[in-house]
Amino acid sequence: MIELITDTDERREMTINMGPQHPSTHGVLRLELLLDGEIIKKVKPHIGYLHRCFEKYAEEMDDYAKVIPYTDRMDYVSAMNQEHGYVIALERMLELEVPDKVEHIRVIVAEMQRIASHLLGIGAFGLDLGAFTPFLYLFTEREKILDIFEKVSGARLLYNYMAVGGLMRDVHPEFKADVADFVKTFRPKIKELDDLLSYNKIFVKRTANIGILPVKVALNYGASGPVLRGSGMKWDLRKNDTYSIYNQFEFDIPVGSGEVGTLGDCWDRYNVRVREMEQSLLIIEQALDSMPEEGDVMEAIPRRIRMKEGEIYTRTESPRGELGYFIVGDNSATPYRIKVRAPSFVHLSMLPAISKGSLIADIVAIVGSIDIVLGEVDR
Amino acid sequence: MKSTEEILEYLIDRFPETEFQSLKEDVGPMRIKVPASAIKDVAKVLRDDDQLQFNTLMCLSGLHYPKEEEMGVAYHLCSTHFGHNLAVNVRVPEVKPELPTIEQIWKTANWHEREAYDMFGIIFTGHPDLRRILCPDDWEGHPLRKDYVQQETYRGVTTKEN
Repeated sequence: MIELITDTDERREMTINMGPQHPSTHGVLRLELLLDGEIIKKVKPHIGYLHRCFEKYAEEMDDYAKVIPYTDRMDYVSAMNQEHGYVIALERMLELEVPDKVEHIRVIVAEMQRIASHLLGIGAFGLDLGAFTPFLYLFTEREKILDIFEKVSGARLLYNYMAVGGLMRDVHPEFKADVADFVKTFRPKIKELDDLLSYNKIFVKRTANIGILPVKVALNYGASGPVLRGSGMKWDLRKNDTYSIYNQFEFDIPVGSGEVGTLGDCWDRYNVRVREMEQSLLIIEQALDSMPEEGDVMEAIPRRIRMKEGEIYTRTESPRGELGYFIVGDNSATPYRIKVRAPSFVHLSMLPAISKGSLIADIVAIVGSIDIVLGEVDR
Repeated sequence: MKSTEEILEYLIDRFPETEFQSLKEDVGPMRIKVPASAIKDVAKVLRDDDQLQFNTLMCLSGLHYPKEEEMGVAYHLCSTHFGHNLAVNVRVPEVKPELPTIEQIWKTANWHEREAYDMFGIIFTGHPDLRRILCPDDWEGHPLRKDYVQQETYRGVTTKEN
């Protein structure tokens, strides 16, 4: 006679590893999951697989400007924003005036990069949840941005374009027309994305009410960017701690509202990114209008940077959130210490808090919705 | 919105026993130096006080000062209520780099403190999970210390380029 197990109280816990070679971990991230059936009891992220000790490299450079290419390689899908944050930090330390034209070009490329980064983030998020088609549609658009960047800087991924006090080179003559053309063709695509993915029934089912992050928890964990805004907080460093010339432009800060589920769920974080792209287009248009034609983008670049003594923490709004550079100078041309406060690092640290008790399939959605880049997490 | 000077005065009022110090160099804003033993109490007041409300910790960084034979920790705080920022510095001796954790006050400090431990060997007492975070668990030394010497091999693999 076969004996059936009737004791339903008997529970077996199981530990499994997700990654480091797992398609939905967005790089080399290992998640140690303690499971009870399909329910996650505990998550332990293990990072460092991409650790290159960028900060040690920076301390061995004999010039502050030589660090710029390394900043590209942290968040490699939004290299322009990483450079932007770094050069702004140095310019604040050096009290350097930057020509108006340079600021305009920087803002335009930074906002284009934000769109490109969000396109990748959203596309990969959809891909994680089984939506393959939007990914291809979004990559077509991202390609157009990369083409413009290639014309501008000569590179498609890691640009090394911004310099302290200026830019490596002036933009090509058709730059304005190229960007205006992109803005015109891209705007209707957002509507297309809404039809294709945002309000897709399966997508909504997979993301609404999943991975809810209350705003109080978010702040305590140091969340920023779309993750914090997804929880309903109107906080954008471009407005709240303004830098460059962002105060000259009019734009809105989209926040989550719990439209299809609960405030602060995966869908809200996703939607904030989509709406943010619209705002970036507005900024680009305004910057194109006010951008001066004439001007030398290299005139303010110092030949040699010698930092005085002191330390400064500067933060900018990268596509992923608050990107901070903590720089300590010691009266020499070599940085004494550079610490990067990477938004992905901070966001990943709260994964155990928001994924407890969810299903194993949902952790894929949660990781996708906080949009991490492992190059930045591990530095 | 309060300036660092006002916050310093306020803290001196709240903690008459504690020795605060203001730091200002050629560049950068003014900072407040807090003794290591008091950091946890001060952090709690900074977060909870109605006048201050530093609800987020933006960044926590380790530092090494071989000349002074000291290690340092820099805290950067922000209040989204008032919009004011604050930089707090703590110094601990190189031979015994220990200070209380603030993980219970701002959760984000958990990973930042682990990173400071990994890179500098600073011990945060009371931290619930003080392990290495970026380097492997059996890595030797703390890479961002100024006197760091990289190990020749790691598990039989040479770590240096030829």
